[in-house]
Amino acid sequence: MGQKLTIEPVTRVEGHGKVTIHLDDENQVVQTRLHIVEFRGFERFIQGRPYWEAPVLVQRLCGICPVSHHLAAAKALDVIVGVGPDNISPTAEKMRRLMHYGQFFQSHSLHFFHLVSPDLLFGIDADPAKRNVIEVAREFKDLAVQGVMMRKFGQEIIEATAGKKIHGTGAIPGGINKSLSIEEKMKFLIGKDPLNVDQMITWAQGALDLFKDYHKKNKNLIDNFAKFPSSHLSLVRKDGALDIYHGVIRAVDTEGNKILHDIDYQDYLDYIAEEVKSWSYMKFPYLRSLGNKEGWYTVGPLARLNTCDFIPTPLAQKEFEIFRAYTNGKPNNMSMHMHWARLIETLHAAEMIKELLDDPDILEGELVRKGNKTIEGVGLIEAPRGTLFHHYRINKDDQIEMANLIVSTTNNNTPMNRAVELVAKSYMNGQEKITEGMLNAVETAIRAYDPCLSCATHALGKMPLEITLYNSNDEVIDIKRSE
Amino acid sequence: MSKPIIATTSLAGCFGCHMSLLDIDERILELAELVEFNKSPINDIKKFTKKCDVGLIEGGVCNSENIHVLKDFRENCKILVSVGECAIMGGLPALRNNIPLRECLEEAYLDGPSVENNEERIIPNDEELPLILDKVYPCHEVVKIDIHLPGCPPSADMIYEALVSLITGKELKVPYEAFKYD
Ligand code: SF4
Repeated sequence: MGQKLTIEPVTRVEGHGKVTIHLDDENQVVQTRLHIVEFRGFERFIQGRPYWEAPVLVQRLCGICPVSHHLAAAKALDVIVGVGPDNISPTAEKMRRLMHYGQFFQSHSLHFFHLVSPDLLFGIDADPAKRNVIEVAREFKDLAVQGVMMRKFGQEIIEATAGKKIHGTGAIPGGINKSLSIEEKMKFLIGKDPLNVDQMITWAQGALDLFKDYHKKNKNLIDNFAKFPSSHLSLVRKDGALDIYHGVIRAVDTEGNKILHDIDYQDYLDYIAEEVKSWSYMKFPYLRSLGNKEGWYTVGPLARLNTCDFIPTPLAQKEFEIFRAYTNGKPNNMSMHMHWARLIETLHAAEMIKELLDDPDILEGELVRKGNKTIEGVGLIEAPRGTLFHHYRINKDDQIEMANLIVSTTNNNTPMNRAVELVAKSYMNGQEKITEGMLNAVETAIRAYDPCLSCATHALGKMPLEITLYNSNDEVIDIKRSE
Repeated sequence: MSKPIIATTSLAGCFGCHMSLLDIDERILELAELVEFNKSPINDIKKFTKKCDVGLIEGGVCNSENIHVLKDFRENCKILVSVGECAIMGGLPALRNNIPLRECLEEAYLDGPSVENNEERIIPNDEELPLILDKVYPCHEVVKIDIHLPGCPPSADMIYEALVSLITGKELKVPYEAFKYD
């Protein structure tokens, strides 16, 4: 046995994720692991609850993107109440979409302004004490205000559609419980507080320009850091358009060949399975056709832009074409381009919000539909961080009998582990001490995935890490913390 | 006079309470002027660097690490606030309190419909993983808590007013209607 390194949340006690690295006798990296240390048990404890509670219960898994869980559960229940995912009323579907794009907008903006912008503005090599959002607020007040206002806009869209900014109640089995009022619509279209949707589109473009400019100046870092071949999976609309609310599942391999051909997600169990490993509470999903070794895939903004054929709004489509041309139309496997993809989606979300606000169906129409009840349903949605699966079965007393959740960050389990391995090998081989550069690099690699395991750090700061180095006898020889 | 110092943490919460704090929107910039933040995900300070006036706790206590953090907060903060239902009474994660922990683990890792290739019946169990407690506990069963803010999450306004009242010593008026789960 060689040595072992551990990277974990710095206090050792804020358990969200930690990394261990094993070295052999020659100090070569032989094994790296990203451990997820949280366990809640939702799948079991919601059994016995009435099914209609699922959209409000399960969203309490995550307060950063509760809307995704809320809607994925509601979509599964649409199937159970016999309405089906394609047959909810136009008003219900558009209200849900508005809620979802509002969430994308707020979540992506938050990620960019709180997490990424400090690196872009101060530089990745700047003093870590400086690279945080409070310092951005101090030195780039206008930009900080923009970030705050973009988040506020998205959150208020959520409030207008779900009744509440965090853990709302809008979606119900078979539909929605309200439509938009004309006052709400006008506020978002032409209002001053929060500023209106046109301003949001302009700011989203500004953020994109900021990133592209940074990319130009730091090509080597952005293009080569933690780059590795991967398959990509996401929902796409039936015609191949980017769609984060509804569609079919598509996956492409690293060359762009389809390895999942636009399948109906009700059948997801035929295509996707999960492996359990003793060292992490997070399971490891894979495509059955390729097996647990080769079948892993990436989800999230980069995956979505790699699987879809086009973006159905004009400004984002233009950016998409530039993005695609950069890799000659082949899938983009550069981890840091995740940020680029995320900003293109932010722009798309703002455009979609505008389109939906202009749609008359959003103001009135049928809210809920009924059908012939069944006992089982699957709901799929693209959460900001990637594909999210909800699957429920109920008993004759309308109680939930089985629940299966595969959340976005779980789908990215293997790629995140790969990224850490790659970075560890390039920085650690032959080393006996953990360097500052190594610590930063691991943080940066994990952060690109915007993982919800670091919920705590996703929104407000950065992934806190601690690395512990173990030798061939499993003794600790070095510990380093990011502070 | 030096600025009051605030620390925050998330234990077994969903981070929604922290998000609600962010929902004070523009006032976050004012708050940054009024107070100094110490250990908190908000600013990258990972360990207490000095004693704090107010500690905001989100989430209940579900594993050995949560206990450790909570005690650390009690030692370093003059006033501890349980923010939200999870901190106050375990919240939604405490739904597991009526079910043996083993069953929760088996459902997730052995019986889940997408679990495959687990012939060895592996349930995660590694020295790197913290010990899960038998139940999810409210914070005040572990350490003394001075103030409780109800809601899931408490509204942004309530969090802001509570902070202002703690800083200025003004009495905090919580309306009767606010005393509810959601
Ligand atoms: S009280 Fe509600 S919002 Fe706060 S952490 Fe718990 S579930 Fe999340």
